[in-house]
Amino acid sequence: MNSPEWENILERAQEWRAAGKGVAIATVVTTWGSSPRPVGSQLAITDDGAFIGSVSGGCIEGAVVGEGLKAIKDGKPRLLDFGVTNEQAWEVGLACGGKVKVFVEKVG
Amino acid sequence: MKPATLERLLADRAAKKPVVLVTDLASGDEQIVNPDDTGALAAPLADAVRTVARNDRSETVEVDGRSLFLHVYNPPLRMIVVGAVHIAQPLARMAAMTGYDVIIVDPRAAFATEERFPGVTIHTEWPDDAMAVLQPDTRTAIVTLTHDPKIDDPALETALKSRAFYIGALGSKKTHNARLYRLHKNGFSENETARIHGPVGLDIGAKSPAEIAVAIMAQVTDRLRRPA
Repeated sequence: MNSPEWENILERAQEWRAAGKGVAIATVVTTWGSSPRPVGSQLAITDDGAFIGSVSGGCIEGAVVGEGLKAIKDGKPRLLDFGVTNEQAWEVGLACGGKVKVFVEKVG
Repeated sequence: MKPATLERLLADRAAKKPVVLVTDLASGDEQIVNPDDTGALAAPLADAVRTVARNDRSETVEVDGRSLFLHVYNPPLRMIVVGAVHIAQPLARMAAMTGYDVIIVDPRAAFATEERFPGVTIHTEWPDDAMAVLQPDTRTAIVTLTHDPKIDDPALETALKSRAFYIGALGSKKTHNARLYRLHKNGFSENETARIHGPVGLDIGAKSPAEIAVAIMAQVTDRLRRPA
């Protein structure tokens, strides 16, 4: 039996590339505290803003997709640092109190 | 990530080959490494690659002043289900959803049909022969569901000799005690048979086949994530 479709991030990235789209992959490379997704969790992003997978419980995906779009344009890898949200401020972070580092790179 | 790297990762995954992808987090330079053949790597990195693969846990390591992400791509977990019975139908689907490669073993060809288990690998040999081929390892769970000693017992005896992370056997307390008695008579110690979860599954009052499958899946997950 095939693995569940929500785990097939790399397979989908490959299909998107084959369809001529620009693709970036984001990967959780370090976590501290109660981060929702373990190290190795991935998100694939296309140049038209579609994505599959997750690197958090939904808290930082928006920002990671934005950096993925930049990486598709300039081809440079990025290492992003996300910490705890300050509830007083409208900023991107993890409400759960954890911290994660996410590596974002273009496929190509 | 280079397109060639992505292609090779997918090919290795399809071939169920364990690999570690080493990525330099500053430059993006990458390299696919076979954890069983790290000969070409310098000692500290080779050791780290073997360790993360064995622990099945990806990690960022510092080597010679470089931050390297070691991404473990191990083949999927496996669940060997002995007995193509009613409970096995929801269990096979739940285990697949949870990320397991499911293998059904049942020598009774009328039970083990493609129609009842679409897309699942089916073995219709006797369990001891099937297990000799399947070689359960530390990433394998084994569940027996027939409560027929002729089928379950040989499967459990092979399971107990393996390093499977989970062994469970369907059957009431009375059935399980009779089963333990037979296994002890065949030379297994109480320490050894204590590895068998019986009656199988967490005690959540499950009644229907799907509910029993939930109870089993929950217990398997517990043993995987919080080994004793």
